Amino acid sequence: MMIYLNEFFFGVFPYIAGTVFLLGSLVRYDKSQYTWRTGSSQLLSNTPSFRIANYLFHIGIILLFFGHFFGLLTPPAVYHALGLSTSAKQIMAVVAGGFFGLVCLAGIVILVHRRTTDPRVRRTGSKMDMFILYLLFAQLLTGLFTITVSSQHLDGAVMLQITAWAQSLVTFQPDAADTILELHWAYKTHMFLGMIMFLIFPFTRLVHIWSVPYGYIGRAYQIVRRRASS
Amino acid sequence: MSHFLDRLTFFQRLKGEFADGHGVTTAESRRWEDAYRSRWQHDKIVRSTHGVNCTGSCSWKIYVKNGLVTWETQQTDYPRTRPDLPNHEPRGCARGASYSWYIYSANRLKYPMVRGHLLRLWRQAREQHEDPVEAWASIVEDAEKCVSYKSRRGKGGLVRSNWEEVNELIAAANIYTIKRYGPDRIMGFSPIPAMSMVSYAAGSRYLSLIGGVCMSFYDWYCDLPPSSPQTWGEQTDVPESADWYNAGFIMMWGSNVPQTRTPDAHFMTEVRYKGTQIVTVSPDYSEASKFADLWLAPRQGTDSALAMALGHVILREFHVDKPSEYFTEYARQYTDMPLLVQLDPAPGGYQAGRLLRASDFEKSLGQDNNPDWKTVAWDDASDAIVVPNGSIGFRWGDEGLWNLEQKADGADVKLRLSLLDSRDDAVAVGFPYFGGREHELGRFTPNPQDDVIYRKVPIRTIRLADGNEIRVATVYDLLLAHYGIDRGLDCGNTPVDYDDNKPYTPAWQEQITGVKREHVIQVARQFADNANKTRGRSMVILGAGLNHWYHMDMNYRGIINMLVFCGCIGQSGGGWSHYVGQEKLRPQTGWQPLAFALDWIRPPRHMNSTSFFYAHSGQWRYEKLKVADILSPLADPQQFPGSLIDFNVRAERMGWLPSAPQLGENPLQVVKAARDAGQDPKAYVVEQLKSGELTMACEDPDNPANYPRNMFIWRSNLLGSSGKGHEYFLKHLLGTDHGVQGKDLGEKGEDKPMEIAWRDETARGKLELLVTLDFRMSTTCLYSDIVLPTATWYEKDDLNTSDMHPFIHPLCEAVNPAWESRTDWNIYKGLAKKFSELAKGHLGVEEDIVAAPVLHDTPAEMAQAFDVKDWRKGECEPVPGKTMPNLVVVERDYPNVYSRFTALGPLLEKLGNGGKGITWDTSHEVQLLRELNGNHKSGTNKDMPRIESAIDAADTLMTLAPETNGEVAVKAWAALSKQTGRDHTHLALTREDDKIRFRDIKAQPRKIISSPTWSGLESEHVSYNAGYTNVHELIPWRTLSGRQQLYQDHTWMRAFGEGFVCYKPPMNMRTTADIQGVRGNGNEEIALNWITPHQKWGIHSTYTDNLLMLTLSRGGPCIWMSEVDARKIGVVDNDWIEAFNVNGALVARAVVSQRVPEGMVMMYHAQEKLVNTPGSEISGQRGGIHNSVTRTVLKPTHMIGGYAQLSYGFNYYGTVGSNRDEFVVIRKMQHVDWLDGDDESIYQAEEQA
Repeated sequence: MMIYLNEFFFGVFPYIAGTVFLLGSLVRYDKSQYTWRTGSSQLLSNTPSFRIANYLFHIGIILLFFGHFFGLLTPPAVYHALGLSTSAKQIMAVVAGGFFGLVCLAGIVILVHRRTTDPRVRRTGSKMDMFILYLLFAQLLTGLFTITVSSQHLDGAVMLQITAWAQSLVTFQPDAADTILELHWAYKTHMFLGMIMFLIFPFTRLVHIWSVPYGYIGRAYQIVRRRASS
Repeated sequence: MSHFLDRLTFFQRLKGEFADGHGVTTAESRRWEDAYRSRWQHDKIVRSTHGVNCTGSCSWKIYVKNGLVTWETQQTDYPRTRPDLPNHEPRGCARGASYSWYIYSANRLKYPMVRGHLLRLWRQAREQHEDPVEAWASIVEDAEKCVSYKSRRGKGGLVRSNWEEVNELIAAANIYTIKRYGPDRIMGFSPIPAMSMVSYAAGSRYLSLIGGVCMSFYDWYCDLPPSSPQTWGEQTDVPESADWYNAGFIMMWGSNVPQTRTPDAHFMTEVRYKGTQIVTVSPDYSEASKFADLWLAPRQGTDSALAMALGHVILREFHVDKPSEYFTEYARQYTDMPLLVQLDPAPGGYQAGRLLRASDFEKSLGQDNNPDWKTVAWDDASDAIVVPNGSIGFRWGDEGLWNLEQKADGADVKLRLSLLDSRDDAVAVGFPYFGGREHELGRFTPNPQDDVIYRKVPIRTIRLADGNEIRVATVYDLLLAHYGIDRGLDCGNTPVDYDDNKPYTPAWQEQITGVKREHVIQVARQFADNANKTRGRSMVILGAGLNHWYHMDMNYRGIINMLVFCGCIGQSGGGWSHYVGQEKLRPQTGWQPLAFALDWIRPPRHMNSTSFFYAHSGQWRYEKLKVADILSPLADPQQFPGSLIDFNVRAERMGWLPSAPQLGENPLQVVKAARDAGQDPKAYVVEQLKSGELTMACEDPDNPANYPRNMFIWRSNLLGSSGKGHEYFLKHLLGTDHGVQGKDLGEKGEDKPMEIAWRDETARGKLELLVTLDFRMSTTCLYSDIVLPTATWYEKDDLNTSDMHPFIHPLCEAVNPAWESRTDWNIYKGLAKKFSELAKGHLGVEEDIVAAPVLHDTPAEMAQAFDVKDWRKGECEPVPGKTMPNLVVVERDYPNVYSRFTALGPLLEKLGNGGKGITWDTSHEVQLLRELNGNHKSGTNKDMPRIESAIDAADTLMTLAPETNGEVAVKAWAALSKQTGRDHTHLALTREDDKIRFRDIKAQPRKIISSPTWSGLESEHVSYNAGYTNVHELIPWRTLSGRQQLYQDHTWMRAFGEGFVCYKPPMNMRTTADIQGVRGNGNEEIALNWITPHQKWGIHSTYTDNLLMLTLSRGGPCIWMSEVDARKIGVVDNDWIEAFNVNGALVARAVVSQRVPEGMVMMYHAQEKLVNTPGSEISGQRGGIHNSVTRTVLKPTHMIGGYAQLSYGFNYYGTVGSNRDEFVVIRKMQHVDWLDGDDESIYQAEEQA
């Protein structure tokens, strides 16, 4: 039973979540352009504390995202080649993840407080806004909690299991789930919540992540769209 | 194809650079722009307007998309004006622009609805009774059942029904009422036909065919200025707003032009660029004040004092010290100023009596026809007394002499204005003075002087035919003395200069109004100087701010006098511009036959609503105003005993005012009884009334036999807006929970009225069925038994006109009536059909006797020339149409009401059509309609023109009206020419071939054709201005003298001190003393004057529940108060406060503003109690409306009838519902209770407990 559940949640479910994530985003983008937005409530309540929290949260979460991205998907050979030992990588991950996790936590605490107490924001927002915020909050807490577990074993072996799992998944290896069969529940909870996040992503305001507005950084002063006929 | 794939075209996206790479051209998809394009795309644009009582009458474009109305914008295709006159556009305001919200809002009425409890009773009754009429009888004849549904009124519980069921119920109730109590027990209230003429006509046609009563509105709303009929014999006729642009000096007095005349205000702002001065008179810093070159802020309610002082300066400087030739000649030809007045004895000398008549002299000065009704003057040329043309005696019976030519007996005359130079003597004449009276609460600073002020007046002594030697004076000399102008007659009572505190100097008014005397002198000089130089281009725009006071006639006549002194009436760019709710019904004479079924039955039943509601909502039972409070110090109180309702009953008995319900018995039965007795019904009724066996219903309004039983309300929010004494309505007329706090005369043990039966048992719930037609769930709907969903203004075909511009334009059906709603025309048509079906077996062809008042513009208006005689007291014989109401037997064909409703009846061909005293043959028009609309092929209406659809109805009235059919206009002018002896047809000949029909105005608003129904011209040379044809065509005003009547010589007018205009301070309403400080909630209380002006966020109650307007304003009821008063009682802005007095209570939020002067509060009119309104601490009921704290109070001078211009006309003359003298107690609320919960379930819980 344990094996089956492990196989389902970490072998099959990631693909379900990933499929919904990609296809769902595509469909929503094409069929429902007007809903493709951040759903910002800044217009309703724009206090200094909100603005600070907003920065803290976004900076924290963006760096956490990239940390996870590179941490999970970089093959060991690559960072070994760069002179980084497994243990050192784990310590780096713990330190950087812990720091930005706390930055993000500081932000999200204020945001949760604002969203639950400010009547205008609360009544204007949807249930999904509330859910996704709590989900992020939970994800952050479980992530920070894993640091305490990781600190028990700084040799990087567990980290290797997890990265192997992730890399197996993205390279469509059939036995991905087996690599983490014995993993501590704290990691599994964090991973499961992460997949939930991918699953519901297309149905939330998170879709704005796809539209990273990097284009503004270097774009020309004036953009003229060509007439359809020419 | 796909937004996503488009995003992937990285390599094709950039199409080039420009500006050194600072700009790029891309090939990104532009499909997103379609969203913006389709946002403003639409399938069609349809012309319509808003059938709302604002007089705006703005043409709008209604946009329809996918079968739904999406939005509206202002039409800009009015016909152009002439050079040097701005065009009429833009017309339309934010309120109109928000209208489309209603159509699909939650507030929209979608289905016919009936109060659930009544519907249960009805369905049970229908199970037991095959016949719906019997079913209705089984409900209303059961007292317990009656109480059970009446007491639920206003408590929700309306459930969906269907048209078949409601039509059957209503028709059954109508038939039952006619059979049992009489058709005059069915009432219908709908205001302002001009805002949607066909919809009004639908209901009034149905009612008139069955014998029901159409109720007036203009007087009830207190928008009717009685001063207008008093002075001109005309309901209200005013310049169009474009004529403001022709003015050289404008006073905006008690009228907030930018706020309440929004689409017209541009003419006022534009003319300022020509150099026209604007003086605004308003106690508060209103929007209008911001446009002023000078803002005068008299204390509220003291305007007539200001007007008197302005008149004083004008008379002194421009009539006496340096007379203006223009003013003098104008006064001589167009006013009653040269006419001779008999002087009667008074304690200190003399007093002004009645105007002398030809019959006072030897051989009636050669006048055989109506010598009692011909006024006289001294002719300079012959130095003799002459009978100048134009008085009312010439109007009826003399052909071709009713005109304002300066002639008498065929010879040219020059009437002598003043007898100063040819006087025999100068005697002291007393003028009543009211300005010293104290207010009960110590407000409105009095200026104490003698009660009667005696001033020297030059007189002549003459001998009359009866041998008596009397003293006579001219109106002009009397006016000058009254205004306090020194004539060098050694009169100690006349002020020596402007600083002398004697009536009516600038210094005298300063004490009362608080306006600096220098300002008064300055404004009067500028006003008169401009009028003198421009021949009358000084204008006063005035409105509700003045006209809603009890003594509104004094405010208005004070201003009218200024205008007449300066020759401004009837001149372009000058005159009296009263704009309150009258929305001129331009094609009136074409509309009347359709609306009141005059094509089938004449006369219709009309009632003046003020007197009706005063009597039938029991407000007279609480009367606190005494006749002695208002009587002149020169009058004998013994001659004027009783209370206000007594005067009203006398007026009804003498045929001065209409009466409904009419007789103390069912009129159908009365005629039957007469026929059974083999007598002529008319003689029978006279005899029975005289003997006292038959009474008039007005003598016993609380007798169940005399109750009004059924009522229709349509196009109106009577209970949420105009119902003065709202809580009394709830208590007595509806029989539901109410907020009345005071005790009636019986409970207080005070003197009871003498002409009316007093019953200790108060009537509760007189109405058995209240049916309201509306498109939204208004307060009135909540109190109704049946609510019928009507088409909105974008869902029906109808007509609309206004006094503000000369165009007629339509409401059009842009989309079908949504859900199950129907147009008013179709609702009443459907009802008529059901009524006809159900009538069979109950009612057949019946004879009905109609009591009609003595009407203005008919020969009957010459009823009692001298003293007032009451037949009930045996002072004279009851003569129908002379000393009592006229009695007419008419035939009603009840099973054929539907076929009559849908056909143009035979009387137009037989009797012709007309109005305002002239008639013309109109068979040509009827034939045209027969060919145009087709005719009925069989049945009782065979061969008659069809009126099936609303467009048929519109074309019928437009074909019959001179204003929309040039051929009729020429006929009408020709008919008038006969009376005046002058040819007027040239005014319409150029448009003789014009026929304006419904589909013409659907294409573009059309300028109407000049007609003798109105006193101005629609031409390419002048803007419409009232009185223009009187002055320029020499058509007399429809008054006693045929001239502008500044002196009111009727016995009652003199008795109440209103022969000449004077200052009368606001009245003591006595409504706060009994309740202030008695039921404390721990917060401070203060009594403040209750002012209810027209608002910015709604038109009366319409739009005040519209989300867009609520968002722009405070979002619920609010009361404006001054910072000083707020501080006194510890109120800060946005606090919940309560306003209450013995009439009731209401709650609102406070708006504390420096705009409002100390001593008054303003609650914008008609904010309804539907939105954001908690319960009252005083009454325990939800909110209240602005009329919860008011009560109707009548004025006897408005009841006068049968006396030339002082004769009744529907919405023309009669009692008016004033409300500004009221005081309320204001305090902060301690406990705001929202009374949450659903009323019906609370009710059921109570019942079970």
